[in-house]
Amino acid sequence: MSAKFETRDIVVPGDLLYEGRIRTGENTFRSEGNVYSNKVGLVNYSNDRVSVIALEGTYTPLVGDLVVGMISDIELGQWVVDINASTDAILTIPDAINKSFRTNFDMTKVLDVGDVVVAKIVDLDRRRTPILSIVGRDLGKVHEGFIMKITPSKIPRLIGKKGSMINMILRETRCQITIGQNGRILINGRNREDEELVVKVIHKIETEAHTSGLTNRIQEYLRTIKEDRN
Amino acid sequence: MSNNIVSRLKRKKIMDVVGTGKRMDGRELLQYRDWEIKTNFLAKSEGSAEVKLGKTHVVVGVKVDVGHPFEDTPDAGVMMVNAEYTPVAHPTWEPGPPPEDAIELARIVDRGLRAAEIIDMDKLGLVSGEKVQMIFVDLYVLNYDGNLIDACSAGALAALTTTEAPEFDVSKKGEIEKTDKTYKLKLRAHPIAVTVCKIGDSLIVDPTFDEEEVKDGRITITVDENGNLNAIQKRGPIGFTVDEIKKCINIASEKAAEIRAIALAGE
Amino acid sequence: MSKTTTKKNTKRKTSKKKWVRVDGRKPDELRPVHIESGAIPNADGSAYIEMGRNKIVVGVYGPREMHPKRFSKPNMGILRCRYHMAPFSVDPRRSPAPSRRDQEISMVMTDAIEPALFLERYPRSVIDVFVEIIEADGGTRCASINAAAVALADAGIPMKDLVSSCAAGKYEGNLILDLGDYEDKKGESDVPVAYLPKSDQVTLLQMEGIMTQEETEKCIELAIEGCKQIYEIQKEALKKKYGMVEGAEEKEEAPEEEPEEAPDVEETAEEAEEE
Repeated sequence: MSAKFETRDIVVPGDLLYEGRIRTGENTFRSEGNVYSNKVGLVNYSNDRVSVIALEGTYTPLVGDLVVGMISDIELGQWVVDINASTDAILTIPDAINKSFRTNFDMTKVLDVGDVVVAKIVDLDRRRTPILSIVGRDLGKVHEGFIMKITPSKIPRLIGKKGSMINMILRETRCQITIGQNGRILINGRNREDEELVVKVIHKIETEAHTSGLTNRIQEYLRTIKEDRN
Repeated sequence: MSNNIVSRLKRKKIMDVVGTGKRMDGRELLQYRDWEIKTNFLAKSEGSAEVKLGKTHVVVGVKVDVGHPFEDTPDAGVMMVNAEYTPVAHPTWEPGPPPEDAIELARIVDRGLRAAEIIDMDKLGLVSGEKVQMIFVDLYVLNYDGNLIDACSAGALAALTTTEAPEFDVSKKGEIEKTDKTYKLKLRAHPIAVTVCKIGDSLIVDPTFDEEEVKDGRITITVDENGNLNAIQKRGPIGFTVDEIKKCINIASEKAAEIRAIALAGE
Repeated sequence: MSKTTTKKNTKRKTSKKKWVRVDGRKPDELRPVHIESGAIPNADGSAYIEMGRNKIVVGVYGPREMHPKRFSKPNMGILRCRYHMAPFSVDPRRSPAPSRRDQEISMVMTDAIEPALFLERYPRSVIDVFVEIIEADGGTRCASINAAAVALADAGIPMKDLVSSCAAGKYEGNLILDLGDYEDKKGESDVPVAYLPKSDQVTLLQMEGIMTQEETEKCIELAIEGCKQIYEIQKEALKKKYGMVEGAEEKEEAPEEEPEEAPDVEETAEEAEEE
C-alpha cells in the first residue's frame, strides 16, 4: 500500500499522504510524484483518490453558491459586498433590480451601506472577483433576523447528507434558517428561546464537526434541551 | 472602531432583544460575563495581570523604573498609563500608534487611579528634581469583544495590588542602585470603573463588541471602596437624562463592589 | 602533596564531563516548549507559545482584501509579518513604538515563512501574521516563527510544510542549542535558523559572533536538529483540536456522513500545482 495513513487520521501540512500516482482531491498537492496534505484535517482515501477534509479555512467562492453578505461600499453602478472571502464581491445594478432604471438613479434607495443581502454567485470575473445577483426567489435584502458566523468548511456538516442535519434542526426548532456557503447563517425564529436553541446547536456542530455519529448526538441534544424546557 | 460599518440588521435585532430585557447571549441587562483574572505571571514585570472577560482578553503590565520628575513636582514619582490596541485583537485593528479610542481608554483608567489617589506619589522621590520612580501601567489588548474599560480598570487594580516594587538605594552622591529587595506597593484606594451603555431606552453593563457597535451612548463611572465616585466619562452621541445618570451611578456602585472582590482575589 | 594533586586532576576531569549551562541544560537540550492553537478567538488562526520564559501570541488574519489596493499584487497574495514587543516584555521597559530591530525581524520572518505558502492562490489579497511578544527571554524570533506556523495552519491557510525554528550558538567555547537570554547576551555567537522539515530547506539563517567555518556549519546542523524536535511539538498542538469528543464513537471504517467532496474542477487546479 502506498497510502501512508488510514482514513480519518489527522494530518498536518506537509504530511506525505500517498507515494505514487493517485487522483488528488481537495486540500492536497502533488510534488515529486507524491501527494501531500496542505492543511490540518482528516485524510480520506477512496478507491481512486486521496483528499483531506479540512476543518478551517477561508471561504472559496464558487459559482452557484448561496451567500449572505453585507454591503460595504457603493461604487458607480455597483455595490461592493463583504462575503467573508479573500476578496470582496460585486453586485451590479442589473443584478439587483429587474427593471430599467435612469442613469442618475439613487442606488441607496435599493441597497445602502450596512444592508444585509442573501445572494447567489453567478460568475467569477477574470480577476476571480465573485459577481453576485439578488434577482430571484428568496434572494434580496434581509429585513429581519440575525447572522451567526461559523467556519465555512463546516457548512456541509451543518447541512448533512441530503440535508438530513439541517432539516432535523428546522423541524425541531421551527426557525427560518438560511445557510450561506460563506459561513454566514441567517436565523429568524418566532421567539428568542427557539433562536437561542438554534445558536447552541449550530455551535455544537461547529465544535464537533470532525467527529462521527454527529447527527444522532445532535438529535439527542435537541431532545434533551426541549425536555428540560418543559 | 472608527470606520466600521454597522449592519442595520444587527442593530435592529439587538435593540429588539434588549428591549425585551435580555441580551443576545442570554444574559440579563445588568449581568457581567464571566471574569478570569490571573496575577503575577510575568517575570520581567514588577506587576502583571491577565484579564479575560467573556472573550475580551487583556494583559496589564506594571513596571517600576527610574526617570525624571515633572518640573513643578521635583519630589513626586510619575505614573503613566498607556494602552495598545494590538492588531491581533480584532480584524479591523491595524498596526500603528494607538488610535483615539486607545488613548481615551488609557486616560479613563489613569484618571480613575489618579483621582482616587491610589498611590502616594510623594513617597516615590529619589533625588529631588532629578530622579524619581516611574510607575508604568501598560494595557495590552489581545482579543477585543467589548468593554475594554472595565476589563483594563480591573486588570490595572489587580496588577498594582500584586506588584513587587523594587527598593532603591540612593548614595550620598545621588547615584541610584536597584536592590534585590522588593516591597508590596501601598495602595490607598481600590478604584474600579464600571461602564453602563444605553441601547434604545435600556441600560446595560458589559457590552460585547456587537452591543458596543450599536449602542447610543455610554457612561463610565469609577468608584472606590468607600463608595465615593472618582471619575465619570460620558460619551454620546445621544444625551442622558438626569434620572438615567442617577440610575447609572447606582448600577456602577453596585457592580464596582462585585468586580473589586474579583480583582483583589489574587492579593 | 599527592592528595591535593589527585584532587586537582579529578576536578579537571569532572569539570570537562559535567559542564552544564547556566540553567542546568545539556548542550543539545531545548528549553521546555508549550504551544496552544486557537488562543485568540477573533483571529482567523492563532497560537500561543511558551519557549523557556518566552511568552508569545501570534494572530493570523486572511487571506483578505488588501487595503490600500495599490499595494496589492495582481497575480499573487502578499504575506505580511509584523513582530512587535509589549513594553513590559523586557527589563527595563521599552517603548511600544516599533524599533529598527522589530522591523528587521519582521522582514526575515516573512522570508522564513513565505516559501511554505501558496501565495499564487490569493491574488490581490494579504495574509497578515501579527506577533506580540508578551515576555522575552532570548530566541524570540525563533519562537515567533514556530507559533506563526501553527497559527497559519490553524487558520486553514494551505501550506506546503510547517516551518520550525531554533537557534544554536557558542557559549564558553561550547556549541549549544536554543540560547536563553543570558547565553545570547554573553556568548560568542548566535545562529537562528528556520527550517521546512518535509522539504529539508533552510528559510531563515542569520549569524552573529566569531566562529570558525566548521563551528558555524555544526551550529546550523545543531539548530536543524532542534527544529525537528520542535516540529513534533507543533504537530501535536495542531492535532489537539481534533481530539475525541464526549459521546463520539471511535474511528469508524468509513464516516457515516461524508461532506460533499469538492468537484473535479478543484482537482485540475491541484494537478497544476506541481512544484
